[in-house]
Amino acid sequence: MSWMWGVDDWIIILGVLAAVACAIPGTFLLLRGMSMMGDAISHAVLPGIAIGFLISGSRDSIWMFAGAALAGIMAAVLTQFLHRVGRLDRGASMGVVFTTFFALGLILIVYTADHVELDPECVLYGAIELAPIDLVSIAGIEVPRSLPVLVVIGLLNLILMILLYKEFKICSFDPAMARASGINVQLMNQILMIMTAATCVACFEVVGSILVVALLVVPAATARLLSDRLNIVLILAMVIGSIGAALGHLAAISIPGWFPIDVPDTSTAGMIAVMTGVIFILAWAFSPRHGLIPRGFHRVRLRIRIASEDALGLFYRSTESQQEMTLWKIRQVLISLTDANLWIAWLAMRQVRRKGLVSIEGDRWTLTEEGHRRASELIRSHRLWEAWLLQHADLAADHVHGQAMRLEHITDQGMRDELAAQTDATDIDPHGRRIPSVDSPQEALDPEVD
Amino acid sequence: MDEFLRVLLLQEYNTRLVVIGTVLLGIACGTVGSLLLLRRRALVGDVISHATLPGVAIAFIVMLLLGGSGRWSPGLLMGAGCAGLIAAGLVLLIRRTTLLKDDAAMAIVMSTTFGLGIAFLGVIQDLPSGNQAGLDSIIFGKTASMIRSEAIGIGIAAIIILFTCMVLYKEFRLLCFDEHYAGSQGWPVLVLDVGLLTLGTAVTVIGLRAVGLILILAMLVIPAAAARYWTDRLMSMMLTAAGLGAFSAWIGVTISALVPRMPAGAIIVLSASAVFLISILLGTRRGIVMQLWHVVSLKRRVGKQHLLRAIWECSEGQRSVQAAELLQRRSWSARSVDRLLKASRRRHEITIDSGGVMLTDSGAAEARQIVRNHRLWELFLIRHADIAPNHVDRDADAIEHVLGNEMVAELEAALLQDDSLPSSPHVIGGAPS
Repeated sequence: MSWMWGVDDWIIILGVLAAVACAIPGTFLLLRGMSMMGDAISHAVLPGIAIGFLISGSRDSIWMFAGAALAGIMAAVLTQFLHRVGRLDRGASMGVVFTTFFALGLILIVYTADHVELDPECVLYGAIELAPIDLVSIAGIEVPRSLPVLVVIGLLNLILMILLYKEFKICSFDPAMARASGINVQLMNQILMIMTAATCVACFEVVGSILVVALLVVPAATARLLSDRLNIVLILAMVIGSIGAALGHLAAISIPGWFPIDVPDTSTAGMIAVMTGVIFILAWAFSPRHGLIPRGFHRVRLRIRIASEDALGLFYRSTESQQEMTLWKIRQVLISLTDANLWIAWLAMRQVRRKGLVSIEGDRWTLTEEGHRRASELIRSHRLWEAWLLQHADLAADHVHGQAMRLEHITDQGMRDELAAQTDATDIDPHGRRIPSVDSPQEALDPEVD
Repeated sequence: MDEFLRVLLLQEYNTRLVVIGTVLLGIACGTVGSLLLLRRRALVGDVISHATLPGVAIAFIVMLLLGGSGRWSPGLLMGAGCAGLIAAGLVLLIRRTTLLKDDAAMAIVMSTTFGLGIAFLGVIQDLPSGNQAGLDSIIFGKTASMIRSEAIGIGIAAIIILFTCMVLYKEFRLLCFDEHYAGSQGWPVLVLDVGLLTLGTAVTVIGLRAVGLILILAMLVIPAAAARYWTDRLMSMMLTAAGLGAFSAWIGVTISALVPRMPAGAIIVLSASAVFLISILLGTRRGIVMQLWHVVSLKRRVGKQHLLRAIWECSEGQRSVQAAELLQRRSWSARSVDRLLKASRRRHEITIDSGGVMLTDSGAAEARQIVRNHRLWELFLIRHADIAPNHVDRDADAIEHVLGNEMVAELEAALLQDDSLPSSPHVIGGAPS
């Protein structure tokens, strides 16, 4: 890694500022289901930027902002127009509008480049690497020229968000209710579009107009996977974007060095996008609530719990019908009669043994007292459900077993009492077997009853 | 002017090559784009095309490592195709396994893959052998430098794509219009979807060289969207889109050949946009002018029918009526009554003299028909919809203008046996409620 103070630290600061500024409109775009609108606007500002250049002849002018914001708004309005009046699919109308704007911008930039010193590549991919060279003096301190722009846009976004937090929130989650409570949804939409366009322009020098959408949407989407609360999503999006920006630059200056090639660094803008993507993948996999791995783990645990409950049920039934059950046999029955596979069945058998729900004497497995109590609860749930379904849900007697197999695992004491109260047959199930009462479980085990 | 003609008439070998290549591309794009548009997957093309960049870069590096020059274009395109398909798969995966919606999934995949591509490109451009590899030409396209083998490649690919579309036409049509029905008929919806996305990827990949990866979306979407304004049938939409795609490609290439340094891809897209603009305005099916015309003519018909009914109802067609009398019939302004009266007089439905407004014979016949339709509907509402007689006027007022002949015949059969004019079931001209 070739770290250089005075250059790389500025690049990271600029990247972080851009990320913070982008996170605010990005989160609301994401929540409104308009992520691709961010993409469309970021492409569509190109002709505005070019015309701004053409008029003012310089890079940091108000003309450029005005032109870009205007182009962004026009793109948004035109998209709406094509969708409503032209009755075109929303995605298609976006596609028509932004590619047209982008093509126009491309041509304008090629022409503008003759008159103004403007590199089309810099507009498209950003030139954050060059930003620290291009300094201006503010209050006696030399800072990169894009720093004040980013700070101002970031602050404006923050202020707007704080002022209009409630309105944005309602519009994002329930536009119909927002309208009903007197909020001008259309106006809020326009504000969001202006915010997005202005942010795109401010950031295009840092990450380029194509990769702005990586800072707009990806951190917000990542934050959305981590939290369900809007204020936390907003803060997380800023933090994640900032981490992505910082890591992106570090990766850009270090990763090429790991390979035996004579290349010192690569595009920071590209790596920022990649790093936000990497963070997204991590959240996708590991997010405590929505992540793939925690969810998969949870599902496996649930399956084990259900399989072990089913195993207890099998022990109970075998005791009831006075059949000897071996470990081998129970496992076979579990696999053939329930959803459990070999692996789940093995884990379930391990669990009932470890929890002391069964005792082993040689090859013979019997329920312990605790095991017996749990098993009779389960069987009681099962048989009460069978009775209830037969009586109230009009199911045939030979169809209730499968339903009861599922429902028994989510039935607690209160539900059992309710079921018992609603069915006549409180002690005999539809198949003629005794419904165990939890107060006197031994009674149910009495072989004479059967 | 000479040069213009030479280019336009394809007299130069190079121009001819480029034109044939891009026109075939335009045809393939229009055809596949129509299907993608109707499947509501228009923007997936954007994701696929952005994702081709890292694919091309990786293919370049792999070929370099294997000892080649890295510029073998079938290899590069293969890399692009694989990356595009992977990206489309990722979009589906994100949508299925997270709570994020389609738009977010597309934006995420698109931006991060493109970033990856830019990062690879940053490395490749610094490599001693990577300089001038021409990889950046796939971002914006470089039509002018198309060589013979590329034009032939595009042509073959376009023909294969078109052939596939024709073979699977019935299946794709079902997929686009009624996915669930297709599923219930036993068609493998997922396989067809993947097939359609593969075709989209193929078009994108062959279009990289011509218009570049950012603007290839335009070739997929714009001709198809424009064709939608001219027709309601899938087959003719595909043909129209193919034609419009070919036309804009030809115009674009011609202009860019004439004007120095013009990015051809951008010009092709702008030609397509111009075609789109014309279509959305003048399209015979859903064009804006057409829509406005429908609205205006409906408004005119409704106004005329209101007026004639009002005149009739003042006197059951017996005597002339005063404009002031008409004014109280409905909530309309004196000016609009005046305008309607003038229009009616021009059509010889009424005569206006000092005694007031009088229906002519033809006007009276028409007015009687309108009033009769109105009352038929009122009777129907009273008898079959259990609506109180003093409430039916408003409802019948809304429906009377769109009752077709068949509906009137059916109402007659159900309610009247002759062609008499039933009397109004409610008090006419009572105080408005």
